[in-house]
Amino acid sequence: MHVGTWAALVHRVSGILLVLFLPGHFIALGSALEGAAAFDSFLAWTEQPLVKLSEWGIVLALAAHLGGGLRVLALEFLPWRDWQKSLAAVAAAAAIAVSLAFALAL
Amino acid sequence: MLWIAQRASAAVLALCVAVHLATMIYAIRGGLSAAEILGRTRGSAGWLAFYSLFVLAVTVHAPIGLRPILGEWLRWRGASRDLFLLALAMLLAGLGMRALLGVFR
Amino acid sequence: MVLTTPATIAVRVWRGGAAGVFQAFEVPRHESQTVLDVVTYIQRSLDATLAYRYACRVGMCGSCAMMVNGRARWTCRTHIDLVLQDRKDITIAPLRNLPVIRDLVTDMREFFDKWARAKGRFQGRVSRNEDFERIKPDDPDRVQVDAGIECIGCAVCYASCDVVAWNPDYLGPAALNRAWTLIKDARDAKTMARLRAVAGDAGCHSCHTHLSCTERCPKSISPTAGIAGLKRAVVSAVVGKAF
Ligand code: SF4
Ligand code: SF4
Ligand code: FES
Repeated sequence: MHVGTWAALVHRVSGILLVLFLPGHFIALGSALEGAAAFDSFLAWTEQPLVKLSEWGIVLALAAHLGGGLRVLALEFLPWRDWQKSLAAVAAAAAIAVSLAFALAL
Repeated sequence: MLWIAQRASAAVLALCVAVHLATMIYAIRGGLSAAEILGRTRGSAGWLAFYSLFVLAVTVHAPIGLRPILGEWLRWRGASRDLFLLALAMLLAGLGMRALLGVFR
Repeated sequence: MVLTTPATIAVRVWRGGAAGVFQAFEVPRHESQTVLDVVTYIQRSLDATLAYRYACRVGMCGSCAMMVNGRARWTCRTHIDLVLQDRKDITIAPLRNLPVIRDLVTDMREFFDKWARAKGRFQGRVSRNEDFERIKPDDPDRVQVDAGIECIGCAVCYASCDVVAWNPDYLGPAALNRAWTLIKDARDAKTMARLRAVAGDAGCHSCHTHLSCTERCPKSISPTAGIAGLKRAVVSAVVGKAF
């Protein structure tokens, strides 16, 4: 496998993760409908280390999917140049940087 | 044209996600509380408009993105697949709007 | 270099059809030896029943492509030195994504049928009685045609593309690249029909820009770039019609 296939695979897998995560995310935010207390009890649940870890994972997935998506847009819409082949590395670096920032802020 | 819908929603999402990531990293410093989040969101028309756009774009983007994955990896093609994806779009839109209602009302 | 070159190479070659086994051979090592030389040596000196294809031996006909150590290559212009760089043995198999007829020979009908389905045949706008079209070599469209026109139809890109493996209807990089070079050709008259043929689930919009084709094409063509062009051209045509 070369970088292009890796980039596409990461893009795809992170996309699947995000689709799986979203309904839960929406339901959690919707719990605010039942008042701030319900929302707070949910937020308390997210304090567990394991949940924190998967939160970090989902942020990484989001950043990676964003980076991968920008890569695809650049490949499809910009006039073709050889440097575009190395966009995967840029996307990966950006994704890691964002997720690190998130981890530090946690 | 699914493809152009996908790229258009992607462009919208690129902006939304960047903003979302930035606010999120800003917001979680010092922990999260319902009061703090809701204090920021409730009654804020700007954020409501932003996140409505976000949810709408996701509703378009996620099912179209899933479509080739179902075809290529699970060999699921044809009308049943597209019906399923339509249902998924409705589900995402419904849950997303409910969430918006929750945080912005 | 000369001192360290071993006298023979261990080669494993696919024998049989879809079901088959790898057969081991020892082949003498020479300077400037190509993978095709190795296969030819086996067929001429070790086992005359080995089936394989080649014609020009100089990278023009596109008939000699095979999987060499798991990677699609044109064997007549692939030096043994290159594929032995990090290992001592060579595994040679028929091209991926195509039905195997026997040994190293694949059935390429589907590959070329897809060129036809992508409307890969040139159709001129003028007859021989009219004067010929004048196109400047540095015309932007012509430059794009030139970038893709040297395709030799070897199917290396087709064998490298995961989307072809996952979606058997997918037209594949070579056919789409061909369609693109015709769409950019000012002399061709079938642009609309061709855009219709390459749109949709079997066509350009299924390409995930893996870049495998671009990475592997021995003629350094970038089908990915042409396919991206097709994606945009189809959309402009649809939008152009709507307004
Ligand atoms: S595009 Fe390149 S790899 Fe594909 S058939 Fe043509 S020459 Fe071979
Ligand atoms: S860029 Fe497109 S055509 Fe080329 S290998 Fe990737 S998916 Fe296949
Ligand atoms: S034999 Fe003609 S391209 Fe290799």
